Amino acid sequence: MKTWRSSLRQLESEGIYIMREVAAQFERPVLLFSGGKDSIVMVHLARKAFWPAPIPFPLLHIDTGHNFPETLAFRDALVERIGATLHVGSVQASIDAGRAKEEPGPNPSRNRLQTVTLLDTLKELNVDAAFGGGRRDEEKARAKERFFSHRDRFGQWDPKNQRPELWNIFNGRKSLGEHFRVFPLSNWTEMDVWQYIAAEEIEIPDLYFSHRREVVERDGVLLAKSEYNTLLPGEAWVEKTIRFRTIGDATCTGATESNASSMDDIIVEVAAARTTERGGRHDDKHSEAAMEDRKKQGYF
Amino acid sequence: MAGESSVGAAGIPASVARDAAQFHQMEMLRFTTAGSVDDGKSTLIGRLLYDTKSIFEDQMEQVEDASRRRGDETLDLALLTDGLRAEREQKITIDVAYRYFATPKRKFIIADTPGHIQYTRNMVTGASTADLAIVLIDARNGVLTQSKRHGFIASLLQIPHVLVAVNKMDLVDWSEAAFNGIMAEYSGFAEKLGVDDLTFIPISALEGDNVVTPSENMPWFDGATLLHYLEHVHVRTHHNLVDFRFPVQYVLRPNQDFRGYAGRVASGAVRPGDEIVVLPSGRRTKVKAVETFEGLGEEALSGDSVVLTTEDEVDISRGDMLVRPLNLPTIGQEIDATVCWMTDDELRAGKEYWLRHSTREVRAVVTEIVHQIDVDTLHRQEVDAITLNDIARVRLELASPIFYDRYELNRETGSFVLIDPHSHFTVAAGMIRGKTQDVADVIMPPADGGVERGVSPNVVWESWNITLEERERRNGHRAAIVWFTGLSGSGKSTVGRAVERMLFERGCQTMFLDGDQVRHGINGDLGFSATDRTENIRRIAEISALFAGQGSIVLCSFVSPYRKGRDFARSLVPNGRFCEVWVSTPLEECERRDAKGLYQKARDGIIKEFTGISDPYEEPENAEIAVDTTDLTADEAAERVIQRLERQGIFG
Repeated sequence: MKTWRSSLRQLESEGIYIMREVAAQFERPVLLFSGGKDSIVMVHLARKAFWPAPIPFPLLHIDTGHNFPETLAFRDALVERIGATLHVGSVQASIDAGRAKEEPGPNPSRNRLQTVTLLDTLKELNVDAAFGGGRRDEEKARAKERFFSHRDRFGQWDPKNQRPELWNIFNGRKSLGEHFRVFPLSNWTEMDVWQYIAAEEIEIPDLYFSHRREVVERDGVLLAKSEYNTLLPGEAWVEKTIRFRTIGDATCTGATESNASSMDDIIVEVAAARTTERGGRHDDKHSEAAMEDRKKQGYF
Repeated sequence: MAGESSVGAAGIPASVARDAAQFHQMEMLRFTTAGSVDDGKSTLIGRLLYDTKSIFEDQMEQVEDASRRRGDETLDLALLTDGLRAEREQKITIDVAYRYFATPKRKFIIADTPGHIQYTRNMVTGASTADLAIVLIDARNGVLTQSKRHGFIASLLQIPHVLVAVNKMDLVDWSEAAFNGIMAEYSGFAEKLGVDDLTFIPISALEGDNVVTPSENMPWFDGATLLHYLEHVHVRTHHNLVDFRFPVQYVLRPNQDFRGYAGRVASGAVRPGDEIVVLPSGRRTKVKAVETFEGLGEEALSGDSVVLTTEDEVDISRGDMLVRPLNLPTIGQEIDATVCWMTDDELRAGKEYWLRHSTREVRAVVTEIVHQIDVDTLHRQEVDAITLNDIARVRLELASPIFYDRYELNRETGSFVLIDPHSHFTVAAGMIRGKTQDVADVIMPPADGGVERGVSPNVVWESWNITLEERERRNGHRAAIVWFTGLSGSGKSTVGRAVERMLFERGCQTMFLDGDQVRHGINGDLGFSATDRTENIRRIAEISALFAGQGSIVLCSFVSPYRKGRDFARSLVPNGRFCEVWVSTPLEECERRDAKGLYQKARDGIIKEFTGISDPYEEPENAEIAVDTTDLTADEAAERVIQRLERQGIFG
């Protein structure tokens, strides 16, 4: 008799355990859904965790208004297929209401603005726990994140005063107005996520597979042609065979030149990669502590 | 080199990554690293990540930039791990950081914990989920107080493997003598702690010697490199695969026809058809199915998240626990525990908290701080209060019972946290030692007519000169009482003798006691009345406890028909050191055998008060194992008992 489980199965079991713990300890959880592979894996884990019952909480998508149309189409099809409830928080609405201000300059990133919309929407829905797809291997500040990450009344993270997390015991107690961010994929690496998607045959948006697309190279990042990206003087669109390693806003998600057109190809490519997946993202390049600062303010 | 291009950043060769089947065989090892600011801990982790190609180019560029800006001459690998701005500025690690890397053999999760004195709290946190601890020692400084503290915490949290990495060997001219000196001193200290598996490796994290590749500078060292050790150390043994414990996490009721209990198996395993008891209600039923998204499962193992359904409709909710009828945890409201305090608000006796244990949460009062343990000297001292980073033994009283095992036997059901009811902060990590036992409990006769433990007047108890731990270490196995109970003629003694022979041949120190021996000697003055039988068992239990205290595995073969008598024997040795073997051969079979003609005499009325005929036999409810010799040979039955002892951890 086999008395142990592979690392992938252990991670899956841990993720399911965390999801059930949240469903049991909180009243109004939501799952933050971005359309990216990590949030798709979270939805998959949630279905497993509560099977044969439906997922007992809604999905929440913070729509920057700068999403790839493929992402939105995938989102709507998934929600329909699994019969989940979807809430959408709109960054455009926050801008229109004067809650957020577009960054100056051409092709502004709405990455930072998302935090305003996110916190407003969480408050509006009275959310007490929000699942995020963050992984500790992504970035140095994330490496110190808890599974159950406490947020004060202003949605802020205090990295120096985090609750210790021991064994498999998770403390979700809080005062009125506070909430938790919960990261069921904390212990997964990028490779684990891809291996899992392959093993479980989970459907992901076509953007992850290689295809022909018009792009422009800016500051070492390949940006896709879209209505939110306009050319600066001296730039031109070039058609290349690319794919996306991570999916965010069209304005800040860089593509990589790649011929990987199947899951197997992607796994081999990830295994051989010499840069992190966030390396292609403009938003992390601001400063050494860019992520820490955004997280403190209440970012994903 | 070819390896350079075919090994990816995730440390997994492309060929392996493609082979999903092989990937699914990969094990996971969680380890913690502890060392002080200057021991080079971050450098070691940086080195492991770097040499296993787990660091990406853009991460490396960031480190290079930062090192340059700071005016450092060499690449500061520590910058890879110090994630918070304050940490980089002060060049210290504040919080537990988790790191990941993989080799073709294993996936690794590192809980990187800071080593300075004020962060005992973080070390305990990191250790709570670790299978292995790396303690770093600077070869120039030798064994410091804090190196000992790290070892103490590893042993407190029951981490099964401790690896001492003697670092900065380059700064002591790769001296074998320096390494041996540290090894001798630390081994001596670790012996006091009872660390099971201790390994030493001389390294230079800065230069890379013996981290991933063998050192050319230290030809005198013929052991494995640090990474080789991490890839090969056996990690599956310490998971408790025996005692089935299923804390119910969440109840699923999608419709009127389906009611399932979601949870993760804390220990042991369960299969459809297995008989279970629901705690606290005590209701019995059977497992109907192991439900998963993929369909019905054949079994659920320790660590699996599953949904169980039951044969009967039983009322079960979150916080309940499903267990086996013959293998129950302790159910109680008074517990004795070691706690590590994790907040500035000090603890004083009388304070109230929420105690969270498995999926259960109850109100708890700390009734007494027994003593504080100095993490550096291991001395115990009486104190009125403890505060942040203190470790103490305390007694707690709970508003309702929890279902627990000793931490030593079961990490999952032996651990808890305390939560401040006002701030909601996690204020303590607790490890259960057992039920609170006052001296008075042990000496005073229980009011319910059970077995009494006498004490002669004017005798003052002196503790043993040589501790049980020392004796066990020399014997190479744990001391225990294996108590065979069952009807006359059930085969108790035959099986008991076979077990003793097997143990003896394994090199164990054993002692066998049965009725014939004691009735002819020490208990020669006793008859068979109820009172005399009780006294008979009391004496045998006390004698067994003395032998066990001397380190032996004591095999006792007695009808011992009353639960109270057997429970008394059980109460005399520490939890986990008692194995009740119910030789459950049915009466008809025993009577058929009637080897000594006793049943006939009892039927004829020649023997009065004969167990099973004219006197009751109270069947065990908590026996560790039951064997029926109707269809088993003595050796087969003995083999099962040996396996049970193995799982109970008697052989280490």
